[in-house]
Amino acid sequence: MSDFIAQAARFAAVNLGDDNNTPWLADVNRAGLDRWSSLAFPTRKTEDWKYTPLKSLENENYFTFAEPQSNDENHELMTLCQIPDLDGLKLVFVNGYFCADLSSANISIDLPELTITTFSKADHVQKKSITEHLNTIAPQEKHEFAALNTSCLSEGVFIRVAKNQRIAQPIHIVSVTTAQASAFMVNQRALIVLESGSQATVVEHFVSSLEKQTSFVNSVSEIIVGDNAHLQHYRIHEEDESALHIGGTHVELGKSANIDSFHLALGSEIKRNDIVVHHKGEGAHCELNGVYLPRKKQHVDFHTCIEHAVPHCTTNEVFRGIIADSARAVFNGRIHIHKYAQKTFAQLSNKNLLTSNKAEIDTKPELEIYADDVQCAHGATVAQLDTESLHYFKTRGIGTEEAMVMLSFGFINELINNVKNEAVGDYLRPKLAELFAKAPELARPAP
Amino acid sequence: MLSIENLHARVEEKEILKGLNLVVKPGEIHAIMGPNGAGKSTLGHVLAGRDGYEVTDGVTDFYGKNLLDLETEERAREGLFLAFQYPVEIPGVSNMEFLKASVDAVREHQGLDAIDSVSFMKQAREACKAVNLDQNFLKRGVNEGFSGGEKKRNEIMQMMLLQPKVAILDETDSGLDIDALQVVANGVNALRSPDRSFIIVTHYQRLLNFIEPDFVHVLANGKIVKSGDKSLALELEDKGYAWLEDGVA
Repeated sequence: MSDFIAQAARFAAVNLGDDNNTPWLADVNRAGLDRWSSLAFPTRKTEDWKYTPLKSLENENYFTFAEPQSNDENHELMTLCQIPDLDGLKLVFVNGYFCADLSSANISIDLPELTITTFSKADHVQKKSITEHLNTIAPQEKHEFAALNTSCLSEGVFIRVAKNQRIAQPIHIVSVTTAQASAFMVNQRALIVLESGSQATVVEHFVSSLEKQTSFVNSVSEIIVGDNAHLQHYRIHEEDESALHIGGTHVELGKSANIDSFHLALGSEIKRNDIVVHHKGEGAHCELNGVYLPRKKQHVDFHTCIEHAVPHCTTNEVFRGIIADSARAVFNGRIHIHKYAQKTFAQLSNKNLLTSNKAEIDTKPELEIYADDVQCAHGATVAQLDTESLHYFKTRGIGTEEAMVMLSFGFINELINNVKNEAVGDYLRPKLAELFAKAPELARPAP
Repeated sequence: MLSIENLHARVEEKEILKGLNLVVKPGEIHAIMGPNGAGKSTLGHVLAGRDGYEVTDGVTDFYGKNLLDLETEERAREGLFLAFQYPVEIPGVSNMEFLKASVDAVREHQGLDAIDSVSFMKQAREACKAVNLDQNFLKRGVNEGFSGGEKKRNEIMQMMLLQPKVAILDETDSGLDIDALQVVANGVNALRSPDRSFIIVTHYQRLLNFIEPDFVHVLANGKIVKSGDKSLALELEDKGYAWLEDGVA
């Protein structure tokens, strides 16, 4: 057993459900701990972690939870947690603790059409629903850190949208981390169940206070989109570069279910996201888009895996990244078409813009096809700004530097423009424009 | 005034312009015609400062400045405009954003403040209307998914907003139907003024029915081989270029 695994296991063992406010999760914790203890800690030799070293994680002792902050301290985080025009049902977690002050009033909802609760406040019926679905979507054997998350799980969000209900108000889950005296871990968890024919929008939003910190967020989201249900899903990572994140989004799609999922990640020392979508019912559709923008010495890793297990499903996946300075990005896009998944239509595109000689991208689109009647395409490109476009800008009087910023921003803005939720798009566009103004190395090599 | 003297230029190792002379005074419209491969588009690209087009000899004076000493964007800010034969598509950058950045860059050069968004929007909408493009085109990515004709009209719209001193239209008429041709011609005619000149590069006499040139030049084998008034265009339509090329060779 590696040091990290052992340390984490000891930590989890003292935090088992018996000793905290969620004793009903004790069995779940124990199963997670068993799984975690049996795992090998990923090294450079582990295929899935080849390009993402976990050294920063081992350099500090992250095995404590932070102390809850005071209300005044939390209050300062107010603007960080906002997407102005979203008007969402908001749940805010600060360093892993649910913060009622920053969340929407009366956010615990238990209506026939909609349930929203934190795990710690779940009632008997909700607990039953949670334990019934928990870990059924996230494969603990494939996603090592999901096992760690499960082993120390005591808080999370549970959302259930009832059959044929359309929830117009977006649900906004914010996880904030702040600087603390010592390193700490946050276990973020979401369980989202859309029953058949229902519709909802969920925004998972990860931010941190602006100061340097030693935080490690280990997040797991499990999403069930039932037959004919439709989920608009956003996952936005804006944390400080000193905040580490390893996250997994695991989705199961029922018959004719539809997910439209958009991901954004700024870089940090470690930022790893696994996105796994299972087409389990015929006629399901997955739209998966993402943008990553690491710079300085930051790192971003997206591992996506789409499992086409049944016929007549479609996937359209587009990821784009700009990698600046000596940053590194990893993109691994796997589409696995099982033997019986005939008439699958799947396409994957990954385009990267490198703005410096020291920037690195390791991109690997992987198509694995066992059915014979499918239409699939994949492609990855690594490029610099198009000189013809640049020239066009210059012939219109726009200087090289400004043109480069506009073109680089345009490169990712294409995906931002496709964001269906207007409030999210309107939130991201100026934020990113500001980032490009502040960090022109995203458009051109630093002088 | 734009005055080009003994201009030689090459692309890679191939010499394309071989001693071209041309004087374009304010208010004049010059049409440049000529066979394929004569160097018509090269002239536009050299004047606009495209990479890969190397000027080996000659002087180009643009309102008292040596054009060839200026960067591409400086030439544009000084009032030179090239309407491209094949405008590039730039998804992700909206036409509106692009136009405003362009107009602001030119204004800044002229010592003016950036234009306020409301008045610019108004101007852009009017320009859109003038070239018969739907207002939606302002929101779309620059040339993104535009048809050939829409791209050309978009070029004319840019020209209307930038109000250049000299505009070069590089085969703007090619691939246009008769209605679009009329739109382009109307755009040029509306901008026609005593202090603005045009160089219209074209294969066909057709466009010149709508935009009446003061001079027509034949460019063949890298040089102007014949100049005349608008009747020359009709003569070319009738006889082709061979009789002129033979004289040069």
